[in-house]
Amino acid sequence: MKDTVANSPVIEARNLQLVFQTNDGPVQALKDVNLTINKGDFVSFIGPSGCGKTTFLRAIAALETPTGGTLTVNGLTPDEARRKRAYGYVFQAAGLYPWRTIAGNIKLPLEIIGFSKAEQASRVERVLELVELKGFGKKFPWQLSGGMQQRASIARALAFDADILLMDEPFGALDEIVRDRLNEEVLKLWARTGKTIGFVTHSIPEAVYLSTKIVVMSPRPGRITDVIDSPLPKERPLDIRDSKEFIEIAHRVREGLRAGHSDE
Amino acid sequence: MRRAAPILTVLLIIVAVWYAAAIWMNAPWAYDQAARAEQAAPTLLQLPGLTLDQDRPVLPSPHQVFSELVKSTLGLAPSSKKSLVYHAWVTISGTLLGFAMGTTLGVLLAVGIVYNRAMEMSVLPWAIASQMVPIIALAPMLAVVMNAVGATPLMTKAVISAYLSFFPVVVGMVKGLRSPDAMQLDLLQTYATPGSAVFWKLRLPSSMPYFFASVKVAIAASLVGAIVAELNQQAGLGARLLQGSYYGQTTQIWAALFLSAILAAVLVMLAGRIEGRVLKRMGMAR
Repeated sequence: MKDTVANSPVIEARNLQLVFQTNDGPVQALKDVNLTINKGDFVSFIGPSGCGKTTFLRAIAALETPTGGTLTVNGLTPDEARRKRAYGYVFQAAGLYPWRTIAGNIKLPLEIIGFSKAEQASRVERVLELVELKGFGKKFPWQLSGGMQQRASIARALAFDADILLMDEPFGALDEIVRDRLNEEVLKLWARTGKTIGFVTHSIPEAVYLSTKIVVMSPRPGRITDVIDSPLPKERPLDIRDSKEFIEIAHRVREGLRAGHSDE
Repeated sequence: MRRAAPILTVLLIIVAVWYAAAIWMNAPWAYDQAARAEQAAPTLLQLPGLTLDQDRPVLPSPHQVFSELVKSTLGLAPSSKKSLVYHAWVTISGTLLGFAMGTTLGVLLAVGIVYNRAMEMSVLPWAIASQMVPIIALAPMLAVVMNAVGATPLMTKAVISAYLSFFPVVVGMVKGLRSPDAMQLDLLQTYATPGSAVFWKLRLPSSMPYFFASVKVAIAASLVGAIVAELNQQAGLGARLLQGSYYGQTTQIWAALFLSAILAAVLVMLAGRIEGRVLKRMGMAR
């Protein structure tokens, strides 16, 4: 707890319920979810598939509508927050438009929001530098590797200064080595921008390495089984993953995941 | 050369079969002539000479069709009413106008279908039904109606062309405008994107591969529509086909037929070229 300063809550969920109506009857995707995310937190959601981690992130982004309880983002409803462009969202696939250059793709939200041409250009330059893609603005997506494409999609989410960055398994489709590098870069990015980050993953090392707060979830119904405040320092070189604390947290996450699975 | 070899082989086979068929189909006339002149029936060796250069053959031989094609395109002034260039131009102008009208209508209907539930329920079944009516039956009626409202022959032709060409565009564009996946739509939702921007920035560009696939079908259908419409008119390849059959000018029919096939191939190829260019620039070439 020593690193978490008492900060203002950005995302608050109280008794959150979300039930999907499917052809096979209702499915409880989220049950009694209580969670507070403070400004500047790096929160990872980890759990097996079907545990509702992506659903929860989507509910924060107003891409899903909860069926019970309350959820606020910056004190507003998720939908109001969405209309105020409170967050940038990074999906598992980069989803860049093939007919736009990298710079053109990053401009997409800026055009929609209505920034001036000059402002668009300067913002593109700034975020390209932030994700270490300086000089790649004129390239087309197919000219870039998968990892670079995903960095461009992160740049796109950063371009319009949303305070919250929501990432849904952004590196799930990439190989381990690229993933390690991008994890380091995300941490640097987080340190430089001070954004609040929600990060869905199913990799224990990724969750422990990145987060200040790890939310362990379990399926059927999707619920939170453990919330771990990481004692790791903010500065995290890659070899911190061999430290005693790191291994202890990873162990606790694994225990939490196993406990969640015992009802199967 | 490796690509040309199979095509040339097939071409040679077709030409050979064609010559054989021409001899076989024109032979009765040669036999008749011999019988009438009370001469001995021609031998097999004499047959080619007697069947491949008849004035009014049942099936003209390839070289007859080819020379007729050359004579009526290069041998006459393009302004002459006997020139196939003149007739081809009449057909092309109707085809292109009809294609433009049909494509515009098709795109507009597709947008309506994608954005309006009522249109989705009502328009598509009628569009499908419209294509069930044989165009050859519909064209004369449309011609009468168009004539009554004072439309020019060009306009009449274009309307019939459009009638055939809008359909593939509707079907392709509906699929194309719906092609962006849930993730891409979600992404735009996270920016609170207004509907018009979703259309212009995502749906329309995404639909381009589907659009061009439809266009290649639609341009060929437009040509068919124009030719059918011309069966009721004075000029154009269609009119030329009909005149040929009235006067038993089989060579003329075949020449017009070949020219329309060449036109169709050129138009589809042109559409393909434009498709290639555009999709390559958009990074969507396969």
